[in-house]
Amino acid sequence: MSAPCPDKEPMLHALLDGELDAANASALEAHLQTCPGCAQRLQALQALHDRLAELPPVTAPEALKGRIDAMIAKEARKTVRPARPARPGPFLGWLTAGAMTLVSASLMVAILDDGPSLPQELADAHVHSLLADHLVDIPTSDKHVVRPWFDGKIGYAPPAAPDLKDQGFPLVGGRLDYAEGRPIAAIVYRRRQHVINLFVLPAKGPFVVPRLGPAPGGYAMVQWRDRGLDYWAVSDAEPDELKSFHEAFEKAAG
Amino acid sequence: MTARALPFFPPFWLSAVTSSGGLIGKAVGALKRTAGEGAAAIQQAAEPPGPPQNPADIERFRRLLLPYQDDAYAFALHLSRDPSAAEDLAQEAYLKAFRGFSGYRGGEPKAWLLAIVRTCFLDWARGRKAWAAMVDPHAAEEAEDAPAEQASVEDLLVREAGIKALRLAIDGLPEPFKQTLVLRELQEMNYRQIAEITGAPIGTVMSRLARARAMLIAALRPSASKGAPA
Repeated sequence: MSAPCPDKEPMLHALLDGELDAANASALEAHLQTCPGCAQRLQALQALHDRLAELPPVTAPEALKGRIDAMIAKEARKTVRPARPARPGPFLGWLTAGAMTLVSASLMVAILDDGPSLPQELADAHVHSLLADHLVDIPTSDKHVVRPWFDGKIGYAPPAAPDLKDQGFPLVGGRLDYAEGRPIAAIVYRRRQHVINLFVLPAKGPFVVPRLGPAPGGYAMVQWRDRGLDYWAVSDAEPDELKSFHEAFEKAAG
Repeated sequence: MTARALPFFPPFWLSAVTSSGGLIGKAVGALKRTAGEGAAAIQQAAEPPGPPQNPADIERFRRLLLPYQDDAYAFALHLSRDPSAAEDLAQEAYLKAFRGFSGYRGGEPKAWLLAIVRTCFLDWARGRKAWAAMVDPHAAEEAEDAPAEQASVEDLLVREAGIKALRLAIDGLPEPFKQTLVLRELQEMNYRQIAEITGAPIGTVMSRLARARAMLIAALRPSASKGAPA
């Protein structure tokens, strides 16, 4: 096998890579007609290129894509709504916590926790879903589409997402959201012109009886637990409507 | 966010010809002018890059960069050879990309992202090397001169003559050569973009690519070590 011309070798690569300008490319092509060494070399490079092109493409794991999506959603929330209400000072915090012990042990855990409480995070997530034109990742009213879509994106068995159109709560779709440092499922329903975000997380903390209350920011929030999952519905609809939503959902979920 | 700045693309064309004289320098002169050449390189570090500030910008980030999740992961995997590290690197790169999105000044978004993946990888590799040196001073040196797998390449070739051997041969390439080859052949970046990503002059990119290909061809030759006289 004859060797390529030393001064042409770098050009052979550039020709293969489509990087030579027209004049140099045609000059080199003319040279290749008369120089077996360079022609052979180009052939070997082309063969290598073809072999490399046959390598099956590497794809990112779905779970990674889910994490990246969720992370960006969370970062986006931080930048679009930088003004989070100031957290109470330590004294006020303890006072509040003390008062709360009488009311609910689980709420206290949320307040003493580092960072924003889960209700605060979910209220933020609700606001953001309305603000950033990012209500759903998968728009559909088909419950058979929403559930599998979450599969592999959230790291826990995805919830059923029944369409409650007949009860006045049409299913809009699903969205990947982010709370407590992990991707979570958000199922989106509509009540007339109001949006209902139903956040679903793996159950955590003591048993929770269904309860209805105002979420931070004055939204209505209802919370319940079912088969190892915690459900948090947040909406700007009337609290009563959210209550019927909860009932309709539990009935449909069986 | 760490103090490390996002990759700044140096005006490589200034140094390309002068820094690499001789044959490569001549070849650099023969390259075509790529459309938009240097556009991405015009970056002034006037203010530190920050995250997108409004929903439209966030949407732009998603549209421009989310399509390259597979590429970011694949590049991180080629660099680190460690699937779980590659996931972390890809995620970290997206976080840095988002937080520094105002520093993106047009140009190929994939090249911008891969440059960040590379920065994350260098940080990771540095940390790992320091850790290895602390635990076992010799381990780091061994990790340095790497490709222990090379010997098994030909056996694999004989048996299944395929993908595995090729991957092994790529992994066996020394670092800068591997990066350059992967960016060209697998990520389909052009010379200018590879120069941006790796922070090397275009002449260096060309000579690394030529050497990487020569090494690969040699490693994949069926009789790479046995057939040839010692």
